[in-house]
Amino acid sequence: MKQKLDKILEKYPAAVFKNRKQHIVVKDDSAEQPQTIAANVRTIPGIITNRGCCYAGCKGVVLGPLRDAVVLTHGPIGCGYYTWGTRRNKGRTKGDELNLLAYCFSTDLQESDIVFGGEKKLYQAIREAVDIFKPKTIFICATCPVGLIGDDIHAVALRAQKEFGIKVVAFSCEGYKGVSQSGGHHIANNGLIKHIIGTGEKAVGKYSINLLGEYNIGGDGWEIERILKKIGYEIVALIPGNGTVEDLKYAHKATLNVIQCHRSINYIGDMMRTKYGQDWLKVNFIGISSTIKSLRDLARYFDDPDLYARTEAVIAEELEEITPQIEEYRKICKGKTAALFVGGSRAHHYQHLFKDLGVETVLAGYEFAHRDDYEGREVLPTIKEDGDSKNIENLEVEPDPKHYRIFLSKEKYEQLKNEIQLNDYTGMIREMKNGSLVIDDLNHYETEEILKLLKPDIFCSGIKDKYVAHKAGIFSKQLHSYDYSGPYAGFRGAVIFARDIAMGLKTPSWKLVTPPWKTQPIIEGSYVC
Amino acid sequence: MLDFTPKEYVDRKGLVINPAKTCQPVGAMYAALGIHKCLPHSHGSQGCCAYHRKFLTRHFRDPVMASTSSFTEGAAVFGGGTNLKTAIKNVFSIYNPDIIAIHTTCLSETIGDDIPAIILQSQVPEGKIVIHANTPSYVGSHITGFSNMVKGMVKYLSKNSGVPNGKINVIPGFVNPADMREMKRILKAFGAEFIMFPDTSGVLDAPMTGKYEMYPSGGTKVEELIDTGNSKATIALGSFASADGAFELDKKCKVPYTVLKTPIGIEATDRFLMEISKITGKEIPYELEEERGQVVDVMVDCHYHYHGKKVAIFGDPDLVIALTEFAISLGMIPKYVLTGTPGDSFEKEVGEMLKAAGVDGKVKAAGDLFTLHQWIKEEPVDLLMGTTHGKYIARAEDIPFVRIGFPILDRSVHSYMPLVGYRGAMRIIEMISNTLLDRQDRDAADEDLELIM
Repeated sequence: MKQKLDKILEKYPAAVFKNRKQHIVVKDDSAEQPQTIAANVRTIPGIITNRGCCYAGCKGVVLGPLRDAVVLTHGPIGCGYYTWGTRRNKGRTKGDELNLLAYCFSTDLQESDIVFGGEKKLYQAIREAVDIFKPKTIFICATCPVGLIGDDIHAVALRAQKEFGIKVVAFSCEGYKGVSQSGGHHIANNGLIKHIIGTGEKAVGKYSINLLGEYNIGGDGWEIERILKKIGYEIVALIPGNGTVEDLKYAHKATLNVIQCHRSINYIGDMMRTKYGQDWLKVNFIGISSTIKSLRDLARYFDDPDLYARTEAVIAEELEEITPQIEEYRKICKGKTAALFVGGSRAHHYQHLFKDLGVETVLAGYEFAHRDDYEGREVLPTIKEDGDSKNIENLEVEPDPKHYRIFLSKEKYEQLKNEIQLNDYTGMIREMKNGSLVIDDLNHYETEEILKLLKPDIFCSGIKDKYVAHKAGIFSKQLHSYDYSGPYAGFRGAVIFARDIAMGLKTPSWKLVTPPWKTQPIIEGSYVC
Repeated sequence: MLDFTPKEYVDRKGLVINPAKTCQPVGAMYAALGIHKCLPHSHGSQGCCAYHRKFLTRHFRDPVMASTSSFTEGAAVFGGGTNLKTAIKNVFSIYNPDIIAIHTTCLSETIGDDIPAIILQSQVPEGKIVIHANTPSYVGSHITGFSNMVKGMVKYLSKNSGVPNGKINVIPGFVNPADMREMKRILKAFGAEFIMFPDTSGVLDAPMTGKYEMYPSGGTKVEELIDTGNSKATIALGSFASADGAFELDKKCKVPYTVLKTPIGIEATDRFLMEISKITGKEIPYELEEERGQVVDVMVDCHYHYHGKKVAIFGDPDLVIALTEFAISLGMIPKYVLTGTPGDSFEKEVGEMLKAAGVDGKVKAAGDLFTLHQWIKEEPVDLLMGTTHGKYIARAEDIPFVRIGFPILDRSVHSYMPLVGYRGAMRIIEMISNTLLDRQDRDAADEDLELIM
């Protein structure tokens, strides 16, 4: 494998070769030291990366799904346009609440705004949004030119907040900041901690949790919510899928933060721990066995006999419902191989679900994850921040004198820490099979070559890769948009995923790719009547 | 659906809601994909490139390749020269296109990167070409970006060598590969020699063969692009997307040009055919006249399916202008006509058509779908025609909806079927008729359900 990989990389110019080598790891169980990988560094120009930008991470991913806020893009039209309805973070309105998910708001900057500044137009746009929609919150998201022309969006936000008596928060998530979407997650996390979380008061129950880093793509969050509520948990805030800014205000009241996507939301998890004393628990609701494990881990944190009993009863009930269907699809999927290349968390999460279906993951990689997502949080102290990411603010928070609480005794905490991923995430690499490949910031060239090398049955990536694989005769399943299906999370989601994978593998069209005249001789001669 | 759009019209000066346009670079990327063995390159931060590739991929359900300079903050402050030079080197050695077509974004335009100077300092292998177009996202729309890249092709490549090639240049405008195929079929029916540029047929509608080709067989070849300077004449279809390229070619190589409407509907197609006939001196072939007669036959036979229906049309200007003309010829009433792309000529041209047809309608350039929705709330229409984004309004107001234009993200096959020419006209009639009749069937009481319609 190593040699074949080297052969692929040899085509690169020297500087690219040197760089890319560090982003590729062959999992080696016999290695004496834990294996390391280079990640979260600048993209090589011209390499055809799959990565997006800081704005996408902030507006498109974290803030966009909050359905009761006007999320206003300050920039030329494209940025707002491309994040309009394209990520499938579903939201459902309760009562007469505001739901703005079907809208796209932009200041649509023109040449004169670039020359004379866009602050006036931004203020005018806020005024109009207030007049029309009467929102309680407006988020302003900056785009590339905003930082360059020096628009002070934070000052405009402050002025508008005073004038209109609503919450107006600005996010300096210019596309060139950081090296990928990741910087945008961090900026969004900081803004929510600074301005939203902890600004409301509400009484909550005994088993109260926040669901963090779950985006409700295709209704994932709803399936997770269904299971958690069935067991008896109270969900205080959803951050952000189907979430509202109103609920986020009370997030500090919950007992525990439950984290699905570590990459995008671990900052809030950490900061809430420091500020309010809440622990966070890394879970994975993708896959049947991992959902069961996550539910049991969660019960352990609360350590309540009733909750344990409810947890086991719900697991048994759910398994009974899905097992016959899963078994049918498993027959089709078993023994196949998959290559996974997804943003910052799913390349790990979906390995569990594939395992449940008897599919082996031979390659996994992220666009923009950091080393801790690959190697586990224990490497955090060894990660050096480079110049490209220094401009993303590291927010320092302190214990909140009013709201800081301690939930677990020291002994209990130490004991649990050894049993579950409490305030911890052990990363993707250690769960992967010996000999499998891990590639960071996979590019088009490597995708093409590695698909030829590994010949996986299933390539899971995004829309930009999907048809490349299809043209080459490999079934590709989008793990960002789920190919407009879902949910894939939880128990019922696993069935839908299994159905979709089985369908993609079995569709008769694959047999028609080669015309028959390419494989069979056409009979020569003519009919005699 | 869209429950928070009030009926009372609100005049807005700062806020755009639900745009009917997107930004320049994606148009330039599309145009560049219409060159054979070309890799489009986005000189900006990489988010733009990712978004633009996605926009096109979702519309065509085909791979869309492009590279990017991947600006970091350092480059944003000190200039993106190093990024671009590195990118050019990497692209040629890893992806080996014949030509790189660079476009810019609001980032590199705001900082003022001098692209020609950077290209001169770059390592371009022997026999390879790098061209560019400036495509600031804060000017115009994606249609402007398409136009700018076409202009870029002319500026860098077109040459008048003094040896006439006897060909007609055709700039098809921002249309689907199927439309380009249909235009070429028409030209071939004349036996006309032509160069179409750009041409995305065979690129964004490439077949499944079991082997992925990074540079599919389609696209206008570089030598043809060079040869455009030797042609007899240029036909520019769609003034917003194609006129500037034709004008530039006339200026540079003295190739005379005619700007026509995108050939959608009978009249616009008639003018396209007559222009070809005029330039080539060839008769209009009977097979095309037969096709024309078939469409008119259908129009007369089925006029009661759509005559007198009020329609709202939105999308890109060239397409909307032509479609409005066609709708009028079908006896429909284009009540609201809107494009997101700025340009006074749009309002003037559509306004005149409506006036001539005696239609009391509203026309707006640089408008958005929030405005269109508010108009519809004030006075409803029978049919909505436009891109996929219109489906939310169609659902909110329960209006029959025909998908036409860029992008269509929620239906398949559309990019393989022409809208232009007589065949395209036939297809548009079928879409309009079927949509309206489906609604009539849906709404009919049991006793009113008709077997024959």
